[in-house]
Amino acid sequence: MKPRPFAYVRPDSVDEAVAVLAAHGDDARVLAGGQSLLALLNLRLADPAVLVDITRIAALDQICDLGDKIEVGAAVTQNRLLAWPQLAEKLPLLAAALPFVGHFQTRNKGTVCGSVAHADPSSEIPLALAVLGGEVVLRSQRGTRVLSADAFQKDMLTTTREPDELITAVRFPVNSGRGVAFREVARRHGDFAIVAVAALVDGQGAVRLGVGGMAGAPAVRQIAAADGSTARGAVDKMAVELEGYEDLHATAVMRRDLLRRLGPVVIDEAMRCAA
Amino acid sequence: MRRIDKDQRARIRLTLNGRALSAEAEPRMLLSDFLRHSLGATGTHVGCEHGVCGCCTVLIDGTAVRSCLTLAVQAEGRDVRTVESLAAADGTLNPLQRAFQNHHALQCGFCTPGILMSFTDYLARNPRPSEADIRDVLSGHLCRCTGYAGIVSALLEAAGYRQSSESGSKS
Amino acid sequence: MSFVGTPVRRKEDPALLSGRGRYADDLPTPAGTLHAQIIRSPHPHAEIVHIDAVAALAKDGVWTVITGEDIRKMSDPFLVVLKAPVHQWSLAVGRVRYVGEPVALVVAESRYLAEDAAELVNIEYRPLEAVVDPQAACAATAPLLHTEAKTNEISVRKFSYGDTKSAFERADARVALTVEFPRLSFTPMECYVVVAQYNAADDGYDVLANFQGPFSTHPVMARALRVPGPRLRLRIPPDSGGSFGIKLSVFPYIVLMALAARIAGRPVKWVEDRAEHLVAASSGPNRITGIEAAVTKDGRILGLRLDQLEDYGAFLRAPMPGPLYRMHGAITGAYDIANVDAVNRVVLTNKMPASLIRGFGGPQLYMALERLVQCIAVELGLDHLDVIRRNLVPAAKMPYRAAAGSLYDSGDYPRAVATAIGHGRLDDLKRRRDVARAAGRKYGIGFAAVVEPAMSNMGYLSTLLTADVREKAGPKNGAISMVTVNIDPLGAVSVTADSTMQGQGHETVLAQIVADQLGLQPDDINVVLEMDTAKDQWSIAAGTYSCRFTPGTAVAAHIAASRMADKLKDIGAKQLNVLPGDVELVAGKIRSRSNPDNAAPFGRVAGTSHWSPVMLPEGMAPALSETAQWAPELEPPSSDDRINTSLTYGFVFDMCGIEIDMLTYQVRVDRYVSMHDAGRILNPMIAEGQMRGAFAQGIAAALYEEYAYNDEGAFLTGTFADYLVPTVSEIPPVEMLHQETPSPLTPLGAKGLAEGNCMSVPACIANAIADALGVKDVQVPATPRRIHALMEGSGR
Ligand code: FES
Ligand code: FES
Repeated sequence: MKPRPFAYVRPDSVDEAVAVLAAHGDDARVLAGGQSLLALLNLRLADPAVLVDITRIAALDQICDLGDKIEVGAAVTQNRLLAWPQLAEKLPLLAAALPFVGHFQTRNKGTVCGSVAHADPSSEIPLALAVLGGEVVLRSQRGTRVLSADAFQKDMLTTTREPDELITAVRFPVNSGRGVAFREVARRHGDFAIVAVAALVDGQGAVRLGVGGMAGAPAVRQIAAADGSTARGAVDKMAVELEGYEDLHATAVMRRDLLRRLGPVVIDEAMRCAA
Repeated sequence: MRRIDKDQRARIRLTLNGRALSAEAEPRMLLSDFLRHSLGATGTHVGCEHGVCGCCTVLIDGTAVRSCLTLAVQAEGRDVRTVESLAAADGTLNPLQRAFQNHHALQCGFCTPGILMSFTDYLARNPRPSEADIRDVLSGHLCRCTGYAGIVSALLEAAGYRQSSESGSKS
Repeated sequence: MSFVGTPVRRKEDPALLSGRGRYADDLPTPAGTLHAQIIRSPHPHAEIVHIDAVAALAKDGVWTVITGEDIRKMSDPFLVVLKAPVHQWSLAVGRVRYVGEPVALVVAESRYLAEDAAELVNIEYRPLEAVVDPQAACAATAPLLHTEAKTNEISVRKFSYGDTKSAFERADARVALTVEFPRLSFTPMECYVVVAQYNAADDGYDVLANFQGPFSTHPVMARALRVPGPRLRLRIPPDSGGSFGIKLSVFPYIVLMALAARIAGRPVKWVEDRAEHLVAASSGPNRITGIEAAVTKDGRILGLRLDQLEDYGAFLRAPMPGPLYRMHGAITGAYDIANVDAVNRVVLTNKMPASLIRGFGGPQLYMALERLVQCIAVELGLDHLDVIRRNLVPAAKMPYRAAAGSLYDSGDYPRAVATAIGHGRLDDLKRRRDVARAAGRKYGIGFAAVVEPAMSNMGYLSTLLTADVREKAGPKNGAISMVTVNIDPLGAVSVTADSTMQGQGHETVLAQIVADQLGLQPDDINVVLEMDTAKDQWSIAAGTYSCRFTPGTAVAAHIAASRMADKLKDIGAKQLNVLPGDVELVAGKIRSRSNPDNAAPFGRVAGTSHWSPVMLPEGMAPALSETAQWAPELEPPSSDDRINTSLTYGFVFDMCGIEIDMLTYQVRVDRYVSMHDAGRILNPMIAEGQMRGAFAQGIAAALYEEYAYNDEGAFLTGTFADYLVPTVSEIPPVEMLHQETPSPLTPLGAKGLAEGNCMSVPACIANAIADALGVKDVQVPATPRRIHALMEGSGR
């Protein structure tokens, strides 16, 4: 379990980083926290020619309050965001979901953007980004693009990032004072979820319900005026539409059943949190 | 911009337990291997090399990380601390280490260095954690021997909840 | 004061807590050491058509690529007890039979390079049909793993004790059940490490490996290498990162690396990585047990029938099929059952070879027996605990000869059960259950009663052979333990022993025992447990497994130290000018009992043999070193196949309440109580640690861990992200209770205690799940996926 050989580049600025990506394209991989990438390299399941280590680019290591959005730079670790003093107030959904991301030790190095970039279908941060309607900021020598979460993550481990693009930040809309709830089922504490459910109550009392682990990417539905039975109906419909999938830990049927059980509870928790 | 070619070996300098050290390494060299085999600090253990077990946990600039998910070159210029740094020069154990001995928190001891390093970081940030917090941080480590009960007791002692139980006769 | 019986803190800890452990991968390697990478089969079953290593060999830093054909020329297949044409070398020869089987070995200047080169070796396979299911493997039409054997079911033995037929005829009812126990391992955190050297001058091998024993495997390795035993020098490092049975199975790799060192002409080091470990290191065998009881209407078990089909994977490796026979004498568990028929069947399938694992056959047996007892209660409309109590071996019958031959040395099982359920514990469980059920939740209570054997009779495995074959082969029985106590010129004491260390605190316990005898402090005793087969005393029983330490090695230490004490008393008597009977060793002194002022420092008297042998009492051999060989009486199998499989038998009674989380399908342990009688406890702190460790592994087996294969033989749990070792969050609290009924068979009265919960917990939790869901078939690990399926089936 040792990585194949690769070249290592540690740019000092975003411009340098995107220049390296432009030069190497698909052969390059961005190394941020490396909590997924290094494991893949050790298992020889990834084969980059060049690793571009962006962790020492000071400009990327920032959490910026843009007013209606919080912008989290690509080098910001999950624990740094978790320790950000305004997190609970401005991004309560992330405050609820981040403790489920890996473990203390992996959050010390794993980045918020890296988790979004990796695009695991059941991981927590992409789910939160999707439910909140957040954005991904991509930079290349060709310019800057800002994609909505659903335009970014297309499928399991698949995104619309171009090979020469660097994710410089993600932006989470501020959701102060809104009801939120998050739950997940995992085999062990800290594992990737089998099914994860996040809910956000909007200004009109409708609920945005997001689900991870049911499809290739997080799925979000708007559920109007959610009382108990409409919530159950909507969740059931969602379960049927999404179908779920089978892996070692769960069948598709079980995933649907998990969603049916968790969904209404999470909606209820979010509504009560809003009240 | 630091750049090391694929088959090139570069000299990696870092501070290990207070001492400036360096050795040559390819870019792909894992920090865990670099510490153990290039710098001879074998106290850091390797149990999975895919980031799950926590045996390899070390401090980089005070922060506990998996050294198997870190390249040696990423630690370049950093302050790295490993389990060898915990006891005093004369071998006297620090309070965290002593708590582990008091509560029989280790059997084979293979997982132990990683756990000690995680909590060296965590207790420095959060000296008075709840038991739930302690369990949450400890869940980033696998221990096959103890069933964790002794480890939790030791960490509660280290966090000041228990009198140090020097119950066992001194040995 | 006596240190035995007190929670002396561990001598091992300061070094291990400071990063100064000396594990195999930490030790210096000889100059010029090369590194090996094993190329493993991606196929469950295939012929090896061609191996092309040209590109790999052309790479800088690559020394050699070794294949099964090379190995076959230089070594012999491993010996096994069963004389079946099932040949295994340390690399696959001609054919691969499981995913992960070693096929070729690359030796290079670094591990990184060796892994690079391994990717350049081109191996052409012709895939064959694989068989994974043990029952399917027994079918006449099943693909054969070993064609010469002509069957995959390579051993079938029938046993009959008492008159089971008439017991079934006179019974009021019969209760039957089929139970499957899965494959799993306890994956020590440190993987295998081997550093091998070949010395052409004496055609000998010198190998460092974190091997655990039993050393009955040493001749197996030496024979494979075609050298006499002394020319395979095996060294065990001072520290080992856990074992739990698993580190026996490093032995094929010891042979492989020894051969590689010979071929490469350089020392060769191999450190197994976790991916290799999970796919191929070792697994407990999976077993399908058909079990049936003949019972009276009040639940008394008159007779038992078992059909045990155990799946050892692709090869039978020494000392397999141990798990099928290690419990054999105690096949009736904690119950007084006079009549038993058993069929033991060994089958091979396309999975990694099975071998030693903590619990060693116990979890498999008790999953069947204890589930059966619960089913008896359900089917007869009785209380589960009543059925247990009605059948427990009564205290008055101790020592008790079990139907299949085990001699339960001591115990009071009914009292242990009464204590465990007392103090409102059972009432509390029932109250919790009633409250939960009244609220519509799924809650169940489980029990399990198990007898925990310790220190195996090395002859138990020969029960596998028929009586006449055994007769021809000569008797195999007993189990020797050896400890040496040494005195240095200044009277410092050191101890060596035939056990290997993997964290069990042996160093500390041996120091306690010896300190007591010599009137010293445990800190004064230097215990050295690294092993060197060329220089240390050992027998085939040496090593650490099957809880042999407390009834074995510890006893040998006690005997050696007391003999040394006797000699020192004689020497002291002469020097103090008193009668030997008046001398005592206390507080670092040798002194007169009647006149304590007449005393000399321990060291001065103890060093006498070095400096002044003439001062020794007439005729006394110098007191420099005392070796004790403790060889308690253990008979070989009788002509009617009765076998006392172990020396001591402890008792564990578990009781738990579990709830099924209706949101997540997870089983949550609400309360767990575990009662132990392990005889006299030598160090309660270490004992508790062993029990809690076993408990956690029991939980792992009950709810989390399984080596999973699909029907085609692909391995599905190749990383720690798929093979789920519980973290602290998954281990529930447990209340440990103790009762001490000393063993009359060992001078210290201590029994084994580190395996019982591995045996009891899976059965206890399965019983609780059966109770919660009202189902009969409960498969462990009871994962959310399985619970979901059960709840679907029970029409939620
Ligand atoms: S070795 Fe790094 S987490 Fe296991
Ligand atoms: S003490 Fe052995 S793995 Fe933790």
